Amino acid sequence: MSPDKLVSMANQIGKFFATQPGDKAAAGIADHIRSFWDPRMRQTILAHLDAGGQGLDPLVRQALESLRIQA
Amino acid sequence: MTLIHEIDYGTPRSKSESMVSLTIDGVEISVPEGTSVMRAAMDAGIQVPKLCATDMLDAYGSCRLCLVEIEGRNGTPASCTTPVAPGMKVATQTPKLAKLRRGVMELYISDHPLDCLTCAANGDCELQDMAGAVGLREVRYGNEVETHLGQEKDTSNPYFTFDPSKCIVCARCVRACEEVQGTFAISIADRGFASKVNAGAGQDFLSSDCVSCGACVQACPTATLIEKSVIEVGQPEHSVVTTCAYCGVGCSFKAEMRGTELVRMVPYKDGKANRGHSCVKGRFAWGYATHKERILKPMLRAKITDPWQEVTWDQAIAHVASEFKRLQGQYGRNAIGGITSSRCTNEETYLVQKLIRGGFGNNNVDTCARVCHSPTGYGLKTAFGTSAGTQDFDSVEHADVVVVIGANPTDGHPVFGSRLKKRLRQGAKLIVIDPRRIDLVRQPHVEASFHLPLRPGTNVAVLTALAHVIVTEGLVNEAFVRERCDWDEFTDWADFVADPRHSPEAVEAYTGVPADHLRGAARLYATGGNGAIYYGLGVTEHSQGSTTVMAIANLAMVTGNLGREGVGVNPLRGQNNVQGACDMGSFPHEMSGYRHVADDATREMFENLWGVTLDSEPGLRIPNMLDAAVSGSFKGLYVQGEDIVQSDPNTTHVAAGLAAMECVVVQDLFLNETANYAHVFLPGSTFLEKDGTFTNAERRINRVRKVMPPRNGAGGPGLADWEITVAIANAMGFPMNYKHPAEIMDEIAAVTPSFKGVSYAKLEELGSVQWPCNDKAPEGTPVMHIGGFARGKGKFVITEYIPTDEKTGPRFPLLLTTGRILSQYNVGAQTRRTANTVWHQEDRLEIHPHDAEQRGVRDGDWVRLQSRAGETTLRALITDRVAPGVVYTTFHHPMTQANVVTTDYSDWATNCPEYKVTAVQITPSNGPSDWQERYQAHADLSRRISGHVSAAE
Repeated sequence: MSPDKLVSMANQIGKFFATQPGDKAAAGIADHIRSFWDPRMRQTILAHLDAGGQGLDPLVRQALESLRIQA
Repeated sequence: MTLIHEIDYGTPRSKSESMVSLTIDGVEISVPEGTSVMRAAMDAGIQVPKLCATDMLDAYGSCRLCLVEIEGRNGTPASCTTPVAPGMKVATQTPKLAKLRRGVMELYISDHPLDCLTCAANGDCELQDMAGAVGLREVRYGNEVETHLGQEKDTSNPYFTFDPSKCIVCARCVRACEEVQGTFAISIADRGFASKVNAGAGQDFLSSDCVSCGACVQACPTATLIEKSVIEVGQPEHSVVTTCAYCGVGCSFKAEMRGTELVRMVPYKDGKANRGHSCVKGRFAWGYATHKERILKPMLRAKITDPWQEVTWDQAIAHVASEFKRLQGQYGRNAIGGITSSRCTNEETYLVQKLIRGGFGNNNVDTCARVCHSPTGYGLKTAFGTSAGTQDFDSVEHADVVVVIGANPTDGHPVFGSRLKKRLRQGAKLIVIDPRRIDLVRQPHVEASFHLPLRPGTNVAVLTALAHVIVTEGLVNEAFVRERCDWDEFTDWADFVADPRHSPEAVEAYTGVPADHLRGAARLYATGGNGAIYYGLGVTEHSQGSTTVMAIANLAMVTGNLGREGVGVNPLRGQNNVQGACDMGSFPHEMSGYRHVADDATREMFENLWGVTLDSEPGLRIPNMLDAAVSGSFKGLYVQGEDIVQSDPNTTHVAAGLAAMECVVVQDLFLNETANYAHVFLPGSTFLEKDGTFTNAERRINRVRKVMPPRNGAGGPGLADWEITVAIANAMGFPMNYKHPAEIMDEIAAVTPSFKGVSYAKLEELGSVQWPCNDKAPEGTPVMHIGGFARGKGKFVITEYIPTDEKTGPRFPLLLTTGRILSQYNVGAQTRRTANTVWHQEDRLEIHPHDAEQRGVRDGDWVRLQSRAGETTLRALITDRVAPGVVYTTFHHPMTQANVVTTDYSDWATNCPEYKVTAVQITPSNGPSDWQERYQAHADLSRRISGHVSAAE
């Protein structure tokens, strides 16, 4: 699957959680991706992260790091 | 089986709770105060003769047939217009009354053609019945008197005729059009003997404002207004109550039959969604069921460029099973998936997701709710804890302020639209939030207090600004919020919305909504009494669709408009069973009842019942499936009753995804656009050919009843869609043994807490139930969240406006938004194969006169509609219904392919496509685009059937 599209989808999710109160934005992003993305989508974006994660917003990057630890 | 005759009480039911006792023909009876004498008599089992009265309409008192005598009162009052009074003593049959009635009937009959034996209404004519009831034996007025006989029939409407010679000018049609439908298309012209029924301004029915809902035909007591199908076939001999398969209103109809031939669909008064009303689609547009283009035999082909080969059911099913197994063997368990249909029954949908989860062993199942109301599921579950609307349709009768956001009920949900208009005529106020001036904004006897014509894509900004006004002007229902919602979350939210950057004045620049109108609308919603929000795809089909749904929930909570009649958050669902498809576990992350696949206890319960191990990972959603196909990891798809090529965004991408798969199985009535990319075609069955249930937008589970055998037998007995899924499952080694859909519903009830109390026996007993239906609510739940939310405390969510990435600019300066029209339905697969095409033969592009003039476009000209995703051509319709800068079209016709221009952008939470905002340019054109011509050639090629001569050949 195209990492570009997944990057923009992840950033979109990130933009929502970034506006929520408290400091749980990264956890919210990670939980959303964990709950709604099929494993191959998660693997593709984690591989993209490993390859430098170009285009990923900082909060999303943080969320994906935590996802990788869970995985 | 016999014909179901519903009792006509003559006048509507009184809703008073105080009772009045009286005596009618010596029978004592108690009825609610305000009941007419006529209705009270019928309650006592006494039928007073009548012609102008019917219980769908208010009393009129013109026919002079329902006269009665009342002890202590002078004269012979009309029983329909006389309310009951305590101690009243009524006589409905006396020599004096009998003589009067005979005299009245004699006058009617003297001006009526006596062709009963050859009349289409013979056997179903109230005039004929009344002549019998009053004992009319002679007509003393001869041929020399002036009559209305011999007038020309109006046959312009494709579904019914109007024969003025048979009209008795009872005005039932006029009143039905006013009171039930709310269109005011019919009137009585002239006066005295010259009085006549008039469509529009003296036009024929087709060219008038008539919307062909059928209410006038149903109301007519004679053959004056009668269905053409009755004229052609004859009177029906039995009927079966079933549910319409068009929109999410879920109207109940009597399918009136002669043998296995459907004669007509008549709305059922006991239907709790429609209360006896209908629209042009449900009432008349069922001819697709027998259309010549319907495919009745299974077909296979190796490549999509090959002609189809007809095969037996056994061959087709064996091929599907073998191909799916091959693909999983070759590419892995997750290389295949399926799409459940929101047009099919709950039972069928449940089985498809069961096949995928249990038989395929993955969660790659999705449904068309993905592209319509998936944000409703996410948003309402987050805010309230339940993925569904909060009210029943009856609730609108108690609303004082109705807010319609991104919905067009008079076109998309016409029967609800009529019920809404009735309430508005009674005095409820209306706020419309829509880029387009939909019909509701201003029409006969209805005018919105506020129309907020926002720029497409700015819903969140407008709704947050409404909240800003409510919070900063002290209009919060604090008692409700403190009792029912999380207070800390509320205060965070209140601080957020109170920020001056969310004020109406601050957002006006980019929303286009005048600040004073927005303030007025907020004040009206917050202070006008019961406030009810109804919304549609104009809310959900945006990159911030889920955020908008949560913004709506915030507004309802902050004003306390939840948990009772007349209020609530009400998504108007698109397809007949989109609510049911979601309930049944059609989303890749959820089992039935909205339980996540990662929940061990839920999975374990299904595993024990189904005897398989289930995947705990979410599967692919429809757009993800197509992306995965293009990148090579997704190879096979089972599509039941959905046309993703026409209905999903960015057609080129959808087609590329399908073309990349090795086995696409389409189960449908017709060779739809998706079938152009299919390797297997399994002919489906219509809603008339199977048993099951649909769940409408108000969570109402309604029975669908088989009235004719499935026509897709291919030489043997036909198969309902659920039987086809069962056959595939068994062939794949995942046994399913159901003899009747009732057994499937029993399984659904056993595994789904909100359906625990649902069974076919209960549906027979109650007619329908609204989930949750369980031990706590054995007869269902009309209004949700009374006393508390499903999730505990209501959740206020911060709704920051984040503009879509789809932006206008010099190349694409206009914003395209899309929608539906009354006469057509979704991709048009059904309605385009009916006479409804007389109202809408093609999709047109609505464009404001200023934008048209700048581009040299005249009304009716072909224009090229171009976006970053693609281009198509269609004809322009110049109208100020759309604002400058905004254009609008429908997506009912495959050759227009409006979705060639819509983009890949989607809702952040659910991937629901952003159909409602596409930056486009319009230029004059001289005809179909190259793409359209190539597409047509491809469609012609891929629809060839071996042994059949095609039109092209």
